[in-house]
Amino acid sequence: MSGRVLVGVKRVIDYAVKIRVKPDHSGVVTEGVKHSMNPFCEIAVEEAVKMKEKKLIKEVVVVSCGPQQVQETIRTALAMGADRGIHVEVLAKDYESLGPLQVSKIMAALAKKEEAQLIILGKQAIDGDCNQTGQMTAALLDWSQGTFASEVTLEGGQVKVVREIDGGLETIKINTPAVLTADLRLNTPRYATLPNIMKAKKKKIANVKPVDLGVELTSKLEVLRVDEPPQRQAGVKVETVDDLVGKLKEAGRI
Amino acid sequence: MLLRKVSRSSVLCGGIRRIPLALSGTLGRAGVVVAVNNARYASQAAEAVLDKSAVGTAGSKVAKKTAPVESKSFAANIFKGQISTAQVFPFPSVLSEEQDQFLRELVGPVAKFFEEVNDPAKNDALEKVEDDTMQGLKEMGAFGLQVPADLGGLGLTNTQYARLVEIVGMHDLGVGITLGAHQSIGFKGILLFGNPAQKEKYLPKLATGENIAAFCLTEPASGSDAASIKTTAVQSPCGQYFTMNGGKIWISNGGLAEIFTVFAKTPMKDPKTGEMKDKITAFVVERSFGGVTHGPPEKKMGIKASNTAEVYFENVRVPADCVLGEVGGGFKVAMNILNNGRFGMAAALSGTMRASLAQAVDHAATRTQFGSKIHMYGTIQEKLARMAMMHYVTESMAYMISGNMDSGASEFQIEAAISKIFASEAAWTVTDECIQILGGMGFMKDSGVERVMRDLRIFRIFEGTNDILRLFVALNGFQSAGTQLKSLQRALKSPLGNAGLLAEELTKRAKRKAGMGSGLSLQGNVHPELAQSGDLTVKAIEQFGVAVEDLLIKHGKKIIDEQFVLKRVADCAIDLYAMGVVLSRASRSLSQGHPSAQHEKMLCETWCVEAHDRITHDLRILRSSQSQQLFKNLRAISAAVVENGGVVSPHPLGF
Repeated sequence: MSGRVLVGVKRVIDYAVKIRVKPDHSGVVTEGVKHSMNPFCEIAVEEAVKMKEKKLIKEVVVVSCGPQQVQETIRTALAMGADRGIHVEVLAKDYESLGPLQVSKIMAALAKKEEAQLIILGKQAIDGDCNQTGQMTAALLDWSQGTFASEVTLEGGQVKVVREIDGGLETIKINTPAVLTADLRLNTPRYATLPNIMKAKKKKIANVKPVDLGVELTSKLEVLRVDEPPQRQAGVKVETVDDLVGKLKEAGRI
Repeated sequence: MLLRKVSRSSVLCGGIRRIPLALSGTLGRAGVVVAVNNARYASQAAEAVLDKSAVGTAGSKVAKKTAPVESKSFAANIFKGQISTAQVFPFPSVLSEEQDQFLRELVGPVAKFFEEVNDPAKNDALEKVEDDTMQGLKEMGAFGLQVPADLGGLGLTNTQYARLVEIVGMHDLGVGITLGAHQSIGFKGILLFGNPAQKEKYLPKLATGENIAAFCLTEPASGSDAASIKTTAVQSPCGQYFTMNGGKIWISNGGLAEIFTVFAKTPMKDPKTGEMKDKITAFVVERSFGGVTHGPPEKKMGIKASNTAEVYFENVRVPADCVLGEVGGGFKVAMNILNNGRFGMAAALSGTMRASLAQAVDHAATRTQFGSKIHMYGTIQEKLARMAMMHYVTESMAYMISGNMDSGASEFQIEAAISKIFASEAAWTVTDECIQILGGMGFMKDSGVERVMRDLRIFRIFEGTNDILRLFVALNGFQSAGTQLKSLQRALKSPLGNAGLLAEELTKRAKRKAGMGSGLSLQGNVHPELAQSGDLTVKAIEQFGVAVEDLLIKHGKKIIDEQFVLKRVADCAIDLYAMGVVLSRASRSLSQGHPSAQHEKMLCETWCVEAHDRITHDLRILRSSQSQQLFKNLRAISAAVVENGGVVSPHPLGF
């Protein structure tokens, strides 16, 4: 296969940051908080770049949807080795309600426009934990899907995907074009080196609006309230095994 | 009254004319800057004075030429009791939007590399940077941060460089020295003085880290006193090459480097007198020239991960193309390299302090003793507050100087020296206090702070000991004050033609006497909320200016031998510059309405109050007659101890 791979990258709050809920419970605090590329998206970029290095594919195009700042995330992907970027500009107001369905519509439209043979996404983003975009995109395009990939091999017009499933691994062979989503063990993403970051400055980022792609961003989902996880309650000490069994019975655990 | 004193003092006339000479002559300057050996330094500078003044009237002409035109340096001006705001207010903001954006992109990956790949404890234990890490750093581009992009580097400005070096200092000073010895001094000479051919030949391989560089100045008998180096480079009769012989010690990267910047004595004919004289020349020497060898890695207290070794040159044939700058111009090269690198130390150490403070806070906020978290106790609070202030000052100095350099300032050598002194001492104190807050935990190797402490110790010693740099700060300051006073003397000789200048000076002095202040002000530069701190600073500068003038009048040219005085003068200058720097930064935060502005205001106000007190105290000592007795005592105690080879008094038990 010598085609084009589309990779979606999402800008999320850095994994090391302690998340704080806004006082009005409408969401989490993002202002002045360190952001970086969603770790699963990094794995997706790495996989695509590796394919390109093995000359299995021709071009790696990264896509990110969001306000101006997502260009930083695209730049990181370009520094890792992607060829060019597409910034789908979503204004801050719409960005808040942007969910997997809207993003997958965008990805599907871009896949057609760019004539991509493969879409690689992270299996989920560490902020929303939705785990839906890959599946929805495949459905919208009516393409094959290989989700939770821990090993990907391109074989002619087909892709062999080893999937991480409950209790083990499943190997499937699917036709291209296809949508793949990256699981944790697919690869170890490289570091963007400073010289590559500098070279990435010359790579192009196209600016696209959802309207240009014929995508309507309205969402039927409404977030009612966001809360911190409940504080862990203090435990009790029991004197004897009998006490313990009694307590567990009382709590309906055994 | 004062004016009369000025005109009468004949010692002064000589002295002041000569100080600038001592400091602007090649030999004198080298003695001060590069170098670094207190005992011989002063006498050497004095020799330089005598040397030049022997030329007679020609001397004063030279003085006129070399007298600096209105320096914009804040630090130089405070010695004249003046305020030059150009380089301090407003706080420099030099990054273009593109540079800012690029830097933002670089910070993440560098931080990640140091958090996830580099292991400082392991590097320390191995006494080398782990091979994988070294390779990673090379791929990262960390060896060519300031090499121009078209020669394979990242082409970073000083400010951008400072920001990345800060991350290195936060995590591993041993790696910091490996990188710094390579690019901050190792090949900086090629960047600053190299001709296009030299740059093209060497920089690409240095930028990728394929070749490592080292800076070779220090010798067994030549530390602070750099002018006394013995390594020689004798030009061949055909002029095509130099033969280099000698040995250098304590060379960072000495065992790894392929490219060396070497300083050696070259015999040269003086164009005026025809005499042969040794002058210092800088060379680029490749290991591949042959005859370059090195000793085993030194066993050190800290920065163990960095390689330090002796380097020997035995009949090395160095092509004439490898002269860096001009033949005989080696001191200028060395001085510029060191001057240009000092801000990097302040930047790296502000990173170290940031990490120490975070670790101390983490402990103080979680450790419970006597029923409370220990940060609730006053002694711990004072420590944390002082740590935060010292960090604020250091960080502000680093970025102010890098900003000045990026906007093309040439007068920053006093500031650069101050930043090196302040940063190395502040980082030491902050890390020491971090250990104190951690208590027994801090003393254990696992906490990682003891390593930082060991690593930090060298910063007060290398690249100009803080003691020598204090003399450098004071003498450079006296030089500018002397120049000003000299023009006043000249005016007094023909009062009619200089009525304006004299009237101005008379008013200034009369006002000063009457306690009215000299009309100096920082209003308009300092945010109104910081007016009080601004006033304290102005007052301190006024007092300082008067004290410097009095000292010049009292000691004349002998001021260069008054190290007890010079040290205290330098301490005041350091405090004053720090006041200016934090006033500027806190003012910016206030005017921008930054969320931390009130906190910064508090840091600034607290710093200024205490610094003002220290300055007043030091100046009082310098004015008092008791100080002479104090200095005399210190001299005598030292002499007795030296005489006895140590403690003089008998043991209290008598045996």
